[in-house]
Amino acid sequence: MWTWFHKLASPPHFYNLSRLLIPWLAVPGYLLIAYGAYAGLFLAPPDYQQGDAFRIIYVHVPSAYLSMMAYMIMAVAGGIGLIWRMKLAHAVAASAAPIGASFTFLALATGSIWGRPMWGTWWEWGDPRLMSELILLFLYFGYMALRGAIDDTAKADKASAVLALVGAVNVPIIHFSVEWWSSLHQGPTLVREGGPAMDPGMLYPLLAMIFGFTLVFGAMLLRRIRTEVLHRERRTRWVKELVLAPGGSI
Amino acid sequence: MEKLAMGDYGTYVWSCFVLTFVIVILNEWRARRRHKAQYRDIEVRIKAVEERH
Repeated sequence: MWTWFHKLASPPHFYNLSRLLIPWLAVPGYLLIAYGAYAGLFLAPPDYQQGDAFRIIYVHVPSAYLSMMAYMIMAVAGGIGLIWRMKLAHAVAASAAPIGASFTFLALATGSIWGRPMWGTWWEWGDPRLMSELILLFLYFGYMALRGAIDDTAKADKASAVLALVGAVNVPIIHFSVEWWSSLHQGPTLVREGGPAMDPGMLYPLLAMIFGFTLVFGAMLLRRIRTEVLHRERRTRWVKELVLAPGGSI
Repeated sequence: MEKLAMGDYGTYVWSCFVLTFVIVILNEWRARRRHKAQYRDIEVRIKAVEERH
């Protein structure tokens, strides 16, 4: 197990393995998204209260879930990098940030667009779910700004990992905000006691979207980690051999 | 057409889906472009050093 873990953490091994893995994540991911989007838009029955506006959940829920998952990956990878000084872990953390920030923006934007017809407002200052998600976006921005401000990669890795770990306290706050405080945002629909409170015709496309987005996120993350690894290892022998190999593989 | 109109919510629903797909495609495109640029950058530098020797 440890041998496998150490082998995976070796940059050249990871670089080659991830290249093979990306299409296996991306292709089924996009197929699931295509099915989920079609079924969510055209086959799922309209909600009895929200009508067709509820279909926004098919993009809002996966975005919101990924915004938190990307942060947890960033924080855990940063922690692993700090504790075990694993170079690849810092590359994972640095690569997760821009993707996480874009999904957080999407969660906020699609939530806001849904809020206009449903709540009668684009935004509600003071709402715990909305504010904690907005703080998450600022944490991502802060993380990326901090990395950008420090030229020394090792110092940037350490400082940004500490910020990511401190900010991780916000993730459970986002998740439980609708239970702990009074919020305009509806409570949990999927992960709740007694199972999901949804008609199967609505539920399956949503699950397809969540799994599809997760796979696509995985492919995007691997792609960015490969770039980060290439940059960090640019002066090593294996990168030189890779580039000079006949038909050198990107 | 009636189905595309999504009741009175077509603008909201479609703008969310379009925005999501634009962001996902931009993410993919930027990641690919950055990787290619990084690889070419290293390739040019290494080949320049090799030629000098």
